[in-house]
Amino acid sequence: MARTLDTPTPTPTPTPVRTATAAAPAPRRGLLRQSAGRQHHAGPLTYVLLGLAALVSLFPLYWNLVAASHRGERVVEAPAPLLPGPRLFDNLAFAWNQVDMGEALVNTTVVAGLVSLSTVLFSTLAGFAFAKLPFKGRGALLALVVATMTIPPQLSVIPLYQIITGLGWVDQLQSVVLPSLVAAFGVFFMRQYLIEALPVELVEAARMDGAHSLRIIWHVVFPVARPAMAVLGMLVFVQAWNDFFWPFIALTPDGNPTLQVALAGLGAGAHTVDQAVVLTGALISTLPLLLVFAVLGKHIVGGITAGAVKN
Amino acid sequence: MATSVRATRGGSPPPAGLRSTLHRLDLKAVPYVFVAPFFLTFAAFGLFPLVYTGWLSLHRVELGGSAQWKGLENYGALATSEFFWNALANTFTIGVISTVPQLLMALGLAHLLNYRLRGRGFFRVAVLAPYATSIAAATLVFAQLFNTDYGLINTVLGWAGFEPVAWESSKWPAQIAISTIVTWRWTGYNALIYLAAMQAVPQDLYEAAALDGASRLRQFLSVTIPSIRPTILFTVIVSTNGSTQLFGEPMLFGGSVGISGGSGNQFQTLSLLMYEKGWVTGALGQASAIAWVMLLLLLLIGGVHTLITRSHHKRKKSGS
Repeated sequence: MARTLDTPTPTPTPTPVRTATAAAPAPRRGLLRQSAGRQHHAGPLTYVLLGLAALVSLFPLYWNLVAASHRGERVVEAPAPLLPGPRLFDNLAFAWNQVDMGEALVNTTVVAGLVSLSTVLFSTLAGFAFAKLPFKGRGALLALVVATMTIPPQLSVIPLYQIITGLGWVDQLQSVVLPSLVAAFGVFFMRQYLIEALPVELVEAARMDGAHSLRIIWHVVFPVARPAMAVLGMLVFVQAWNDFFWPFIALTPDGNPTLQVALAGLGAGAHTVDQAVVLTGALISTLPLLLVFAVLGKHIVGGITAGAVKN
Repeated sequence: MATSVRATRGGSPPPAGLRSTLHRLDLKAVPYVFVAPFFLTFAAFGLFPLVYTGWLSLHRVELGGSAQWKGLENYGALATSEFFWNALANTFTIGVISTVPQLLMALGLAHLLNYRLRGRGFFRVAVLAPYATSIAAATLVFAQLFNTDYGLINTVLGWAGFEPVAWESSKWPAQIAISTIVTWRWTGYNALIYLAAMQAVPQDLYEAAALDGASRLRQFLSVTIPSIRPTILFTVIVSTNGSTQLFGEPMLFGGSVGISGGSGNQFQTLSLLMYEKGWVTGALGQASAIAWVMLLLLLLIGGVHTLITRSHHKRKKSGS
């Protein structure tokens, strides 16, 4: 670890020349820039280490593909296969039809879609109110929003389970969607964005023109907030797609499972189910998001960093 | 109300008085309407269950049965239960061996990504790819890689002349394997958070340090790390919270014995124990008590965090 922190690069190290400049008054910025911090060009070692990191990050995903393309017996034979085999499409067809990964995929898409739509909508409204509308108790309510972010789901699952049992909602997708309609993170994220992106004059001007709040939302807030809404939508979609703890309790593999619940069902029956099929299921659950990442990667990276810096 | 709505929509403008009343109502009420969805959802699915869990934890309740007041008995039972202490210790050790390497590697990785790079976009997306992978998918893949008999990791260890490791049935190897999954999924994510913070560090600080003859390592340790300290604390809190709630990784890594955290509970975490108590044994009161112990732990962690931040602020003030 210490070595990656160190990362010596072949760029010239500080020399006596620089000590000399230190004594000189007001050195010129442009000259020193090149040798400071992030302006450094990466040396070969940086590329080697980053390549290694990329390899470690991507190998399990690659191996998932490999395992999903072999017979079950081959996957559990030493040494494990390293190159793709011929059975990918057979395994996909089997997982799709026999273990109903197709149905799980549809369920997951519905859940993640609804959750991200409603989270983006409600977070934008609340974020706008917290950012630009004066109202009593705003500061305290915002603090409450932030505080709720640290409450783990474990604290509410038992009563929630009793509620959905009482309502007959076990195995029903709404039991997963409803608790996630809006998230504190989203409210906070939109507030941070709108504070800077939306000039208060714009809102006031619209009001002077006689626009009521819904018009302002539609014609002023939404257009300004659109980039942040897109990023938030992607982040929430990823999170909802991968959510495990509560869906695992509220849905069963035989009822109306999301991909993660169906996968957990496959994995727990480790001794009866073909490992290649289990890993094909894993592949089906991962591939859609990986495609999203491949296409929108830059924006997602931007969103994660934007959300974090301001915290 | 109905007439007034029609009035605003209809062609003829409403009388001035009504209009300004409406306008004032719009101004006054709308902020609350906008924040209401969050608070209603939180009240129904967050706050009420939280409090109710606390109430349950003071009772003896079975699934579908009625509650019986027990006071602090459930907590007392936890204090004398070796399963509870085992799960607490496991949660702690798995938390440490996943969080510490994860954040250290994320720091190093962020530093590397902060160079002027060719293929910058590729590296960033590549290290973030594990974040796109679900707990379930990642754990099932790693369970194969860590398999004692045929897994690639033991194969590679064999090439290097090591004996095969019993990654699932022995305690420490199992905990290391589970931590590896957590670390794999989150290192890139944290690295990007650090990277964003690093890019906000004022350039002048590096220039000043370079002028003083500080080496690159020195600059990293004395400029970068202190400058992004709030971000580091933030990630420490977030990942500590995450590791306190660890559930899916140990459960799925254990396969058929995953629910009990391995054949000898060697990687049973608090969340797994809570699930087992609540859904396998049906002792909801005890499960609720475990949930509340987790809340107390998180409050404790949050308190320590606040103290550290405060003392840092104070030092900063007295220093300048």
